[in-house]
Amino acid sequence: MIVKLIDGLRRRLKLVIRLGYGVLALLVLLDALVLDKSHAHTAAEKLPGFWAIFGFVSCVLIIVISKWYGHLGIMAREDYYER
Amino acid sequence: MSGEFWFHPALVLIIGALVLPLLKGALRKPFMLLVPLLSFAVVLQLEQGVFAVFPFLDWELTFGRVDQLSLVFAYIMTLMCFIGTLYGLHVDNEYEVMAAWLYVAGSLGVIFAGDLLVLFLFWEVMAFSSVFLVWFRGRSESLATGYRYLLVHTFGGLVLLAGIVLHYQATGDLSFNQFDVASPTIAIWLIMIGFILNAAVPPLHAWLPDAYGEATVSGAVFMCAFTTKTAVYALARGFAGMEILIPLGVIMALYGVVYAVLENDARRLLAYHIISQVGYMVAGVGIGTELAINGVCAHAFAHILYKGLLFMGVGSVLYMTGKSKFTELGGLYRKMPWAFVFTLIGGLSISAFPLFSGFVSKSMIVAAGFEDHLYWAAFLLTLASAGTFLHTGLKVPYFIWFGKNNCSATTWERAADPPWHMNLAMAVAAFLCILIGVYTPYLYQMLPYAVAYEPYTAYHLLETMQILLFTALGFFLFLKKLTPEPVTSLDLDWFYRMGGRVFQLADEQWLGRLNRWGQETLAGTVPHRLNLFFQEGPARLCLLVVRPFWQLTGVKIDGPDGAERQLRDTFNRSLFSVGSTAICTVAMLLVLLLLA
Repeated sequence: MIVKLIDGLRRRLKLVIRLGYGVLALLVLLDALVLDKSHAHTAAEKLPGFWAIFGFVSCVLIIVISKWYGHLGIMAREDYYER
Repeated sequence: MSGEFWFHPALVLIIGALVLPLLKGALRKPFMLLVPLLSFAVVLQLEQGVFAVFPFLDWELTFGRVDQLSLVFAYIMTLMCFIGTLYGLHVDNEYEVMAAWLYVAGSLGVIFAGDLLVLFLFWEVMAFSSVFLVWFRGRSESLATGYRYLLVHTFGGLVLLAGIVLHYQATGDLSFNQFDVASPTIAIWLIMIGFILNAAVPPLHAWLPDAYGEATVSGAVFMCAFTTKTAVYALARGFAGMEILIPLGVIMALYGVVYAVLENDARRLLAYHIISQVGYMVAGVGIGTELAINGVCAHAFAHILYKGLLFMGVGSVLYMTGKSKFTELGGLYRKMPWAFVFTLIGGLSISAFPLFSGFVSKSMIVAAGFEDHLYWAAFLLTLASAGTFLHTGLKVPYFIWFGKNNCSATTWERAADPPWHMNLAMAVAAFLCILIGVYTPYLYQMLPYAVAYEPYTAYHLLETMQILLFTALGFFLFLKKLTPEPVTSLDLDWFYRMGGRVFQLADEQWLGRLNRWGQETLAGTVPHRLNLFFQEGPARLCLLVVRPFWQLTGVKIDGPDGAERQLRDTFNRSLFSVGSTAICTVAMLLVLLLLA
């Protein structure tokens, strides 16, 4: 059952991806046009799509900083401690 | 109150653990399920109050302090003990089950402890029983890892004990309550360090991924639930409002996320995310308001379930295939679909997806941060939650069940959904994760303070969905960069792993040299020379004097029958040297007499 569902989704991958983008756009639109932001904690949050940008930038920052840090020498050969 | 008998929930587990090895055959498995259920039942019927107080020497030891805070932790821990035991029903080694139960008993002992001495006692029970969950993995690394784990926790225990002793000396009070966090003494600092070592706060955290990545399949399920959360309980009880914990918690939350990017071993990745998630709780304790402490308890409760679920999901892959590294797995969704679904539910829960447990618990702590105007902390914790979804919600499921198939032929052959009891245990945990997320009163009614917080507002929903789905966008755009690499990430355990090696090298280089020099020079050459000196010295001195007389008188000096040979022989037989020593002594005495 689960396998069939996943295989079905994989066959329609393009549609899934388009739907995904649609959902992202919808979220930003809802945030910009509909959402009541009077209870936001800070002024910055009142920017349209603030949390979308925050989420994406966080993700990129985490990947880039971690990989940079890892390649400083933190990532070592798997048998590092055995040698 | 102290006179009547009070049944400690830990006692059920301790008695159960002692009886278990006596049971063989068909009785064993029902008994394994019965014991944790009984202990859960005992917790359910507990009434609030102070019980089991025993006088001991000058002190009163309190084993049963039952209030809202201890009850919520005891509830989830005994429940998790049942789920974990069900998951580990296949374990034939009764001593592994014993170790796990004693470990949980240690946690319960700490949670109900009313004074620091009882707390310390059970604190040590936890460390010394849980180490067996690492050792029973049975690999050569397991032994070394276990010893490292024990070493670190023994150190932490000693710091805690030192704090307790100093605290008692200063105040004469052993009771375990909220400490004076506004002006902490050195004793209070030491107690806090003991606690945060078990909570895996950097730089005292490296034991956690080290041990949890090496533990047995079901042992890791236990370990991920108890040590850190017991420490969170202890911090919440004693250190609410201790401000240093806010930055420490935020650092933890981010530190775990960074290492999770680099990690190739799925269980070690999850272990780093424990550090990250416990970071929220530590920060919550530091904020210390009612909302924050509620959030800490709620998040600990939710965390025990979803992290257990994640370790069970990834553990089932390890159990079936023998692999836990992303670079040796991939594409398994056709082979292990149920393990995938359960792990995904765990991943969505830890990522705080709406309708899953993390959404109603983690957000309380972040909200408490915003409410206290700690914007930097709240924003950084939110940033870390993007990282949580990135790894546990996306990276773990993707690189095990989808992505590039790195499985070897045997791995692929062995892969299949795990036995029924593992699936059932995961199903129970998954159900609870969703129940907490959907029906908030279930959890909120157990919290220590009345809850006025509502997670399901339009703003919070839309905020969370934007953060999570745009993180997902980032994940798929940067998929290549996130492909796991077959590496090991060096962490602060380097210092005591390689520190040992440096010491060994220093030992060989310096002490070894010193040792050799000592042996050769002090034990060899010097005594030899001294011997020669004392043996030959008088003879040579005498020769120096008599040789000119011999030459003058024409005595035969050289050769085997010469005068020199005869003289040396006399000295060697010590005939003369004894006499000469006597002469010297007499001469010395005469000089002394003259001077006097």
